Amino acid sequence: MVSMLNAGALRPTSAAARLLSALTILLVAIGLSGCGAINRVPTLEEQAKSSWSEVQNQYQRRADLIPNLVETVKGYAQQEKDVLIGVTEARAKASSVKVDASTVSDPQKFKEFQDAQNQLSGALGRLLVTVEKYPDLKSNQNFLALQSQLEGTENRIAVARRDYIGSVQAYNTELRTIPGRWIAAILYPEAKPMETFSATPNADRPPNVKF
Amino acid sequence: MRLMGLSTGTLVRLFLALVVLFACLAVYAVGALAADLTFPPLTGRVVDGAGILTPDQRTALEAKLKAHEDKTSDQVVVATVPNLQGTTIEDFANRLFRDWKLGQAKTNNGALLLVAPSERKVRIEVGYGLEGALTDALSRVIIASAITPRFKTGDYYGGIDAGIDGILGILSGDAQEWQRKPQVRADEVDPGQVAVFVILFLVVLFVAWRMSRGGGGRGGRSAGRGGGIVFLPGSGSGGWSGGFSDGGASGGFGGGFSGGGGSSGGGGSSGDW
Repeated sequence: MVSMLNAGALRPTSAAARLLSALTILLVAIGLSGCGAINRVPTLEEQAKSSWSEVQNQYQRRADLIPNLVETVKGYAQQEKDVLIGVTEARAKASSVKVDASTVSDPQKFKEFQDAQNQLSGALGRLLVTVEKYPDLKSNQNFLALQSQLEGTENRIAVARRDYIGSVQAYNTELRTIPGRWIAAILYPEAKPMETFSATPNADRPPNVKF
Repeated sequence: MRLMGLSTGTLVRLFLALVVLFACLAVYAVGALAADLTFPPLTGRVVDGAGILTPDQRTALEAKLKAHEDKTSDQVVVATVPNLQGTTIEDFANRLFRDWKLGQAKTNNGALLLVAPSERKVRIEVGYGLEGALTDALSRVIIASAITPRFKTGDYYGGIDAGIDGILGILSGDAQEWQRKPQVRADEVDPGQVAVFVILFLVVLFVAWRMSRGGGGRGGRSAGRGGGIVFLPGSGSGGWSGGFSDGGASGGFGGGFSGGGGSSGGGGSSGDW
């Protein structure tokens, strides 16, 4: 306030002050970029985003495996309609959840995504338990291959989620702690904290299947 | 309000700048996240933390793994651990893999065979780059058909050895395809052509030798090499061997053994016995 009045009244000193402040900002900028602070917000944001796309990628891979799995099981266990329909519906629901870049910073959307995927995990778990009753199906080569792919995908989902949680934690910490918080406020006002997965029982573990 | 000719705004900015710099230093001091699992150091291609292999068996496995790595640069490592520190074998294997950075940084061509005898669990963890060759389904087949039947009878070395044979067999499936091509081509070479080339080479050599002798004023040896038309056998073979070793050896494995910087996203399969 005072400096604004001064700016009007005393032009020459104000110009000098402005020059000095510009120099200060420049020095601070050089100092900060020297230790990488200025670029850390966007760097961490990009890392978190790429971890997020890996999470999506692996969930998509799981969704892609399901129709084949359902078809194979159907051939042997026609009477398990409820379980099969449950899986198909959960898959349809999970696929219908719109996911884009804004999902990660929108708690509502993120929860929707997570709930839908957890529901699908539950339905798949039930399917794999049901399958235990059909020895013919369990020894089917196609089914065995699908099952190992599904297990592998569940494991990749677990890894991708862990990576995502780690990179979001680093990004959010940067946004909420001091140098990063100010830098973000001045230079990256659009940077928003991202949502992270809450641990759900058994959700981050591959389904346990015994042969 | 003015101090030493500076406006309040400038003073505030200076103060902020100082605070930012200090805060920046503080953030660096806090450091990285604490690791909740402890991993054994990567001492070689076989890290027998559980002590289930004899030195002879370890040497035999290491020789096999080294031969494969020298040929293909795939880093396949065997690890046995006394326990899984309370986590799943999938989680442990992935973190151990990343801690050791198996496989080359660019191609992520590493694989880890992890055995936890006290939990009776085994896992093949596959780096990103080998997922296409050593698929989850194939890993499962190796575990179910080669490894666990032997582990059930207490034959750890037999299981690990058979598992390694399976992994290396699958991994060299691709490599053999590649290596067969040059061999096939070499077989098709007409011996007559080879003879012609050898004669031509000898003629050129002879001419070069004559030229180097003939250019007496310039000093024989240096003229012959400096001319740059002909590589004399000495320098020529040096160049070749240099080129080959560059292509074959993966960086930094001269003395000890270390991970090449690869990573894994959880590919592979697990089993128990």
